[in-house]
Amino acid sequence: MTDKFISIEAIARRYPGADGKETTIFEDLWLSMNRGEFGCVIGHSGCGKTTVLNILAGLDQPSEGAVIVDGQAIEGTSLDRAVIFQSHALLPWRTVLGNVAYAVTSKWRNWDRAKVKAHAQKFIDLVGLTGSEHKRPSELSGGMKQRVGIARALSITPKIMLMDEPFSALDALTRGTLQDEVRRICLETGQTAFMITHDVDEAIYLADKIFLMTNGPGAVLAEIVENPLPKDRGRIDLHRHPYYYALRNHIVDFLVSRSKTFTATVTDHDPRNVPIVRPGKPELVIAAEAEESTRASWPGLARPSTSS
Amino acid sequence: MTFSLRFRAAVVSIVLFAAFLGIWHLATRGTGAVANMTPEYAKLMGLTATAGKSAMPGPLDVGAKLWEHLKQPFYDNGPNDKGLGIQLGYSIARVGLGYFLAVIVAIPLGFLIGMSPLISKALDPFIQVLKPISPLAWMPLALYTIKDSSISAIFVIFICSVWPMLLNTAFGVAAVRKEWINVARTLEVGTIRRAFTVILPAAAPTILTGMRISIGIAWLVIVAAEMLVGGTGIGYFVWNEWNNLSITNVIIAILMIGIVGMLLDQILARFTRMVTFPE
Repeated sequence: MTDKFISIEAIARRYPGADGKETTIFEDLWLSMNRGEFGCVIGHSGCGKTTVLNILAGLDQPSEGAVIVDGQAIEGTSLDRAVIFQSHALLPWRTVLGNVAYAVTSKWRNWDRAKVKAHAQKFIDLVGLTGSEHKRPSELSGGMKQRVGIARALSITPKIMLMDEPFSALDALTRGTLQDEVRRICLETGQTAFMITHDVDEAIYLADKIFLMTNGPGAVLAEIVENPLPKDRGRIDLHRHPYYYALRNHIVDFLVSRSKTFTATVTDHDPRNVPIVRPGKPELVIAAEAEESTRASWPGLARPSTSS
Repeated sequence: MTFSLRFRAAVVSIVLFAAFLGIWHLATRGTGAVANMTPEYAKLMGLTATAGKSAMPGPLDVGAKLWEHLKQPFYDNGPNDKGLGIQLGYSIARVGLGYFLAVIVAIPLGFLIGMSPLISKALDPFIQVLKPISPLAWMPLALYTIKDSSISAIFVIFICSVWPMLLNTAFGVAAVRKEWINVARTLEVGTIRRAFTVILPAAAPTILTGMRISIGIAWLVIVAAEMLVGGTGIGYFVWNEWNNLSITNVIIAILMIGIVGMLLDQILARFTRMVTFPE
């Protein structure tokens, strides 16, 4: 944690409730990421992960706290932080090229038409939509629409790419190919990315760091899981890696049981120093031990141990 | 052997139209001499009395008269005898002007109402009260303040076409999908550019629908307004021909009002299709 490219510092989000009381979605949330890292937030619905992303995007303001990106506190939205929306959010009256070009002209106001077009084309080619430039979003499949969304986000060469469950509306096959594309692009360009997902396998495949959030309201960032799988992992043989099941079980266990009980059972949780966990040693794959291991994990420890 | 739906519908339309003309013709034709009259008396009484002909003109009379009008649509023999084309031209010009003024007022104001909840709430009581007022009720006030009957008619058109456009624009703008606005926000698009590149295209189908309703209402109202203000226009023509007891001309005028109204609606329908986007 030397070069904190993104640093979320003590943010809280509260909504006024019906009876005058405030509902706290989350508070005192600290989270940081390094340049070029891929971070995934996993948590159940209502834990405020979309709110975290919207605050990071500048679409929402935290009730307390601040977000610092590249050494500067963010204020509102920025072309440095591109968002890939869950519902793709393409402008239906524009073509594929038009949608990407709209983003390009927003970033570079004084570019001439030819330059904008060439730049947009480059990113359409990158996501594999060559030949569909002049189609309207209504003529595209769900996967192709989301490809346009990715091209649009990448075309403004953002410092960070923010993704709010970008593939959750797609079928499994399309989701797989798009995950491959996103991973390839992020690795090739060294893109810093922050993604929200429900899908454990998606997080394992894509993320370097997986942020586990407990259930809301009053959600906290419970722990940060560092992905022990090698950088050059492939989607096809992912599950054959010796660390895979330890990692997967750890996350699933968290989602199934610990996300509910975490705030009640862990009393010494320090939101500023969230424990970093690196699950996965071949011997830990045994189910009983893996389950046992998930209960105790604290800062500084390289991997979860079975002692409590 | 089956024909396309379009073709079969056209056949049914033609059959219905022919039946309508036939019944009309039969109902209004002469039934022969009804009474013995001296030729002088018969000449005085006209065909209604002598040949049992209905006072209502038949389709052939109307057809002949229509042909006469169509041959010479733009003649001008003084204030009470102008060609149909001139009269329709006056009406269309008044509708066009009043409608144009309404567009200029309603669309920017609708944008404001749609984008600002404060303005929306503040203006709502006024709109609710003003909207149900019959446009012709404004006429005396318009005549008194403007002191010009022609401009008063334009004002009446303005006031009747402004509401559907205003409400539809406000609704369309307020209902623009949040995600499209968020796209513009994350791309740091300024307010003006956002209004023109996101909100306007997204709300355009709704706005155009409002404009289409407005042109229909404006064309309905112009006939009544011109009956009141007189002078020129198709509404005045109808009333003038009623005073002349020329039912044939009244029927022709009704037909023309219908055709022009349909054309105006079709033009707006075409514009609506142009801005509608499939999702």
